[in-house]
Amino acid sequence: MFDPSIREELVSIVGPKHFLDDATNLMSYSYDATPVVQSLPDGVIFPATTEDVAKIVRVCASHAIPIVARGAGSNLCGGTVPVAGGLVIAMGRMNRLIEIDQENLTATIQPGLNTKEFHTRVEQAGLFYPPDPSSMVICTMGGNIALGAGGLRGLKYGTTKDYVLGLEAVLANGEVIRTGGKLVKDVAGYDLTRLLVGSAGTLAIITEATVKLIPQAPFRRALIAMYRSLDEAARTVSRIVAAKITPCTLEFMDQATTRVVENFAHIGLPVDARAILAIEQDGEEASVQRDLAAIEEICREQGAFAVRVAKTPEEGAQVMEARRSALSALARLRPTTILEDATVPRSEVAAMVLEIERIAAKFDVRISTFGHAGDGNLHPTATTDARDADELHRVEQAFEEIFWTAVELGGTITGEHGVGLVKAPYLEWKVGHAGVEIMQGIKRAFDPQNILNPGKIFAETRKRVVVQQ
Amino acid sequence: MTAQHEKLADQFRLSLDADELENCMRCGFCLPACPTFVETGLEAASPRGRIALMKAVVHGALQPDDGFAAQMDLCLGCRACEPACPSDVRYGRLIEQTRDVLASHAPQSGRSELLRAVFLRGLFPHTRRMRMLGRLLGMYQGIGLADRVRASGLLRVLPRHMQDMERILPRATGRGVAQACRQAGIPNRTERSGGAQMLVLPPVGERVGRVGLFRGCIMDVLFTETNVNTVRLLRESGFEVVIPEAQVCCGALHGHAGELAGARELAQRNVAVFAAAQVDYVATNAGGCGAFLKEYDHLLQQAPHASEASEFAGRVLDVSELLVDHGRPLEMRADAEMETVTYQDSCHLRNVMGVKRQPRALLESMPGVTYCELPGADHCCGSAGIYNLTQPGMASDILTHKMDDVRATGAQVVVTTNPGCQLQMRLGVEREGDPGQSAVHLVDLLAQRVAFHDS
Ligand SMILES: Cc1cc2nc3c(=O)[nH]c(=O)nc-3n(C[C@H](O)[C@H](O)[C@H](O)COP(=O)(O)OP(=O)(O)OC[C@H]3O[C@@H](n4cnc5c(N)ncnc54)[C@H](O)[C@@H]3O)c2cc1C
Ligand code: SF4
Ligand code: SF4
Repeated sequence: MFDPSIREELVSIVGPKHFLDDATNLMSYSYDATPVVQSLPDGVIFPATTEDVAKIVRVCASHAIPIVARGAGSNLCGGTVPVAGGLVIAMGRMNRLIEIDQENLTATIQPGLNTKEFHTRVEQAGLFYPPDPSSMVICTMGGNIALGAGGLRGLKYGTTKDYVLGLEAVLANGEVIRTGGKLVKDVAGYDLTRLLVGSAGTLAIITEATVKLIPQAPFRRALIAMYRSLDEAARTVSRIVAAKITPCTLEFMDQATTRVVENFAHIGLPVDARAILAIEQDGEEASVQRDLAAIEEICREQGAFAVRVAKTPEEGAQVMEARRSALSALARLRPTTILEDATVPRSEVAAMVLEIERIAAKFDVRISTFGHAGDGNLHPTATTDARDADELHRVEQAFEEIFWTAVELGGTITGEHGVGLVKAPYLEWKVGHAGVEIMQGIKRAFDPQNILNPGKIFAETRKRVVVQQ
Repeated sequence: MTAQHEKLADQFRLSLDADELENCMRCGFCLPACPTFVETGLEAASPRGRIALMKAVVHGALQPDDGFAAQMDLCLGCRACEPACPSDVRYGRLIEQTRDVLASHAPQSGRSELLRAVFLRGLFPHTRRMRMLGRLLGMYQGIGLADRVRASGLLRVLPRHMQDMERILPRATGRGVAQACRQAGIPNRTERSGGAQMLVLPPVGERVGRVGLFRGCIMDVLFTETNVNTVRLLRESGFEVVIPEAQVCCGALHGHAGELAGARELAQRNVAVFAAAQVDYVATNAGGCGAFLKEYDHLLQQAPHASEASEFAGRVLDVSELLVDHGRPLEMRADAEMETVTYQDSCHLRNVMGVKRQPRALLESMPGVTYCELPGADHCCGSAGIYNLTQPGMASDILTHKMDDVRATGAQVVVTTNPGCQLQMRLGVEREGDPGQSAVHLVDLLAQRVAFHDS
């Protein structure tokens, strides 16, 4: 609970309707899509303008109140869980598409804009914005930018960080900065745009963004390849990359995942295959057809027992849409799904898939794997029950080993979901001690009072426990 | 926590399905499907939010206070969140269990308790009283009293939304479908089974099946004509139609309002009545009733005749399913007038009974009809049982947005498949529709356009 005078100050900025601090509403902003973690804020505020945000931040700065910016709360790293209490700034009212600039091929948006809605509007204008996180029906552009979200098209088109050209953001002292712009080239000083992308609300509150758009590809086609073993599917991925073909999407799903997704979506996915790859290519029709033929051949060479090519672009879209429900659909198996996004160089996908299987068996936990295999970003997902403390502990051990293995294979602890709260103890494994120190220096420069999303990204580093075998 | 809240929280721990609560993994995929979330933008007014609140109450982290109850009351119960949920969380059960606890423990607000007492306990369970009400309403409307009362401004003392409802209510009758069928000269005979009486109306042409008509209590009083048209269409499509006299209200309004015991009692009677009628299918023409009937297996799973209940549930089909998937194709009149129509899904028909293809197929099969899909047809219209009486503000906001979408289709006719939706859409048309626009039940539109072989 805030002091009545602070409460008064906050209410005077947005009006009584847009500040909430009753028990029910506080509870509903205490969590996000991350399993197990939850913590109550002291208040929730809904600004309508950048000016509102600046005023709110100034009030918080003068009373050292923690601030947690929130989009849709769909992140998987505990990013919006107010671990230190304080004020949640919910960006839902700042959800306008400000403009689509056909001459510069850019769009300018407010952070609360829903990603799917943005896609639809951009496509209506005949253009294309590639980053497409699976959560796009719910997540916001602000959340995508703050976590550097990836998606199904990362392999060919990159991720959010490759599209953000400029930002408007409110700093921890309430000052407003603008970075970048509608510019293809810009080397004026440090690249603050890139620094803020993926900063998870720990450096500044993003209030506006300009992103790059590209022309729509004239033709697209998908295929599904079915395998009798995970290994064959994973090897296909490396082979496609080695053959210098870059499909726009190359998704991997094991059998358990395929089955639950089919149960939800009813689109006739092959539930008998041990693993499937869903591959899509876009571009000029002739080159798409050529790539698909080559991909099909590689699939068969590597042991695919069947390959099904979609007849229409809609059919392909349906498969990708279904694939997006994978994580939630896995919760049909067991109540709690804990997903990680260990990422490895693409050549190591097969090795990583096998390692995940081995580790799951070692700790006696059930792990299903799906993911953006084409860019090495796998989503091993433990299906478990948060009420079983012993099993939960084994899941944690298994994931530690998976992180470690990923790093050893030249990969990272998180490809797209962010460090947030839950992976903070492992950050040093990836970036090293000096890496953490310089990041902490940056954090101090931006936010000396540590009021912006405290408790995220940095934590006591987890000791690697080596189990003697 | 106060002692009263403590007691209530204990009750929640006993009543709420802990596994179902745990199954929600908080992905938020249901948020865009939820009308109350779309209207408010508040997490607490979303399915994910409500489930989190229930869970917090069960875990003792939140008092089941007025704020909590308010969010539970604000839920339309439209269940659009269920088909949207990849994890298969059965939200409908959770909200029903929650409301059951709230209804039995917390003091209701004065108005909503009065509504419950009058409608749920005093009226709906009693066929005779419903008929009586129908006759009274009919008289009031028939002798011009309605106009005079309106003119006198007497109605102004009623809350605005009640006045609105009064204006759009159809002409009520106290006859009921069985009597109306007899009066309309539809061939019929009376059968008796185990002391129960039922009216049987033979099929036109060769018989394809025997269907029990679930007439619905509101349907039968306010929409007797729609029930008669349902009988005519089913006969035309080859069904022998049986109307058991002893059937009662489905109990949906009780169930949704948290009066589960009352709902179970009604359910048991219906299961027995239709078992005695020995029908292949039970036909409904109100999505709200149909969905509730279809879930009798769940409602009665602890009851003595659970297996009969699930057999019954398996037979329940919407009239559109029967006509499209089981009966003989209907022949349409070629000379019917040209109209642009759009269709608002009944939430429970779509989300619980899973029926979305058949009504559209029927509309598209009508010569002269240009069918235009309504954007957001899967979003509740705000009617939701007695929601438009208990939550007039939210219901009205939702309706306003719905009418914007209707306008965009350019349709003259808004077709629905549930009496509550039909009244709500009538209200919308009356309040902000274009002149000449109307809201009709699918069955009534069909009846105008089918070439009947039995005049
Ligand atoms: C089923 C499912 C599938 C997913 N699939 C993918 C996927 O394919 N790829 C992927 O990358 N992610 C995926 N995610 C994770 C998540 O959806 C993304 O990280 C998304 O970007 C979060 O957006 P949001 O609007 O929900 O942000 P939130 O969860 O609300 O916030 C995320 C972070 O951003 C910060 N933040 C939010 N808005 C602002 C702002 N305006 N200024 C500063 N900081 C801000 C928050 O403080 C928080 O740290 C998935 C999640 C789910 C549940
Ligand atoms: S879609 Fe299902 S699992 Fe996801 S938040 Fe909603 S109810 Fe929970
Ligand atoms: S039943 Fe309807 S109103 Fe209630 S939570 Fe689900 S979608 Fe929202």
